[in-house]
Amino acid sequence: MKRITVYRVLIIAGAVLLLELLCLIGIIDRLTMQPPHRIVRDLAVILTSGSLNSAILKTLTNASIALALALVAGIAAAVVLHRYKALRETLDPLFATYYAVPIFAFYPLLIILLGLGDAPQIMIGFMLGVVVVIVNTLNGLDRVPLVLKKTALIQRMRPIETALKVMLPYAAPYVLTGAKLAVAYSLIGIIGAEFIMSRGGMGYEISFAYNNFDNATMYPLILLILLVSIAVNGALSRWEKILLARRGQG
Amino acid sequence: MSVVSIRGVTKVFPASKGGETVHALGPLDLDLQQGEFFAIVGPSGCGKSTLLELIAGLQQATQGVIEFEGRAIRGEIPDGVGVVFQEDACFPWMSVTVNIAFGVRNTTLSQAEKARRVRDVIDMMGLADFADSYPAQLSGGMRQRVCIARTLIREPRLILLDEPFGALDQQTRLLMGDEVLRLWRQTGATVVLITHALDEAAMLADRIAVMSARPGRVIDAVQTHWPRERDSRIVERDDFGAVTSRLWKSLRKESLKTIGRLPEPT
Repeated sequence: MKRITVYRVLIIAGAVLLLELLCLIGIIDRLTMQPPHRIVRDLAVILTSGSLNSAILKTLTNASIALALALVAGIAAAVVLHRYKALRETLDPLFATYYAVPIFAFYPLLIILLGLGDAPQIMIGFMLGVVVVIVNTLNGLDRVPLVLKKTALIQRMRPIETALKVMLPYAAPYVLTGAKLAVAYSLIGIIGAEFIMSRGGMGYEISFAYNNFDNATMYPLILLILLVSIAVNGALSRWEKILLARRGQG
Repeated sequence: MSVVSIRGVTKVFPASKGGETVHALGPLDLDLQQGEFFAIVGPSGCGKSTLLELIAGLQQATQGVIEFEGRAIRGEIPDGVGVVFQEDACFPWMSVTVNIAFGVRNTTLSQAEKARRVRDVIDMMGLADFADSYPAQLSGGMRQRVCIARTLIREPRLILLDEPFGALDQQTRLLMGDEVLRLWRQTGATVVLITHALDEAAMLADRIAVMSARPGRVIDAVQTHWPRERDSRIVERDDFGAVTSRLWKSLRKESLKTIGRLPEPT
């Protein structure tokens, strides 16, 4: 194990042990927080009993749909904006200020437009994830060397083929950076929307457990969200590392 | 037979913000013969690369006509033309084999024929031991070989080389020159080499055009009379020096102009 990995593991283990200790000796009372070993045990109980499977499935499915839409629409939009400079310059201020806008404030409007089902929640997740994909993909596309664009022309490639086979593969590490952020943003969007007004999903269950002082449900679900987000980001980081290593940048 | 015909070609770049138009090239007249190794030398900024891009169809001439095999090139990439650039044009996310096979991805060739061509070109370029390597694992010279291989696999009838050895050290340049001469003989293609290295042009070419400072015009054409079977050892010949001397004599005055100095009175 690399020394830096050992340090990371030690820091996390130390923090968890400290929390465990604070909970066990009563500095943090049981009503505020469960000790970490109880959280892990309760999560195992929840998962094996299947009591919250439908809520977990709903959240993860909606977050996956929001993420997939953000990736497809974000990458496609970036390719179009990269090609049409005037359109990009027109939209630049929107991208620069986008995350200053509280997207959740549009939730009532989205319910009016899309109904009471999952669609408004998916839309929130999509809206939070899409711009970060666009901005990072554009950043990658801007770095494609001129000689590769000329090569594509010499190879008699059409614009769509050039985008798919030259521009986007070159920009892939930057697209992955956007994807990593979009995973977090989409999950935040879905869970946040479930908090506000939903009758299901992990966000709703966490909120319900919180209102009923049910720490045995609330903390395990928070831990599960953390684990899912870290696992997906870890997988994407690993993929990014492989891509960069192939290019001698690892 | 003339493969490429250039008649009255000029290239003027439009003014950028607050600037003036740039008359980069011409008027220029040239004829390239079938199977000829033709080199173009000239001072920096004289429009050598612009001329190559006009022939490749990457840019459009402001005036005049360029024909390849009797067909006018009007800003579209003609079939049968391959270009090797000075900069590394390997796709860094593809292995050597995939980079090379990319050259024939959209052809009507069968999969078996594509695979055969890839194998042949890999062998021809001495890349067999690196077939599964990625460009980042190769030296600059090897990466340039991959780019040449990707061009050759399309079996172009006209190969345009834009200072392809510019980023390589002198020994590698000489050896790569040998490779290019061998490929030129093997393929029978017409080759146009843009270079600023006079010895490289003198070693490789049958005929060398010397261009003036901007706007680039042909001010001299030197026939080398080398045998077709030749390699880098041609530099040992007594008359090699005479070719480079003549090139420098034609070029010196123009090179002085590009650095803002007036030529001395003769």
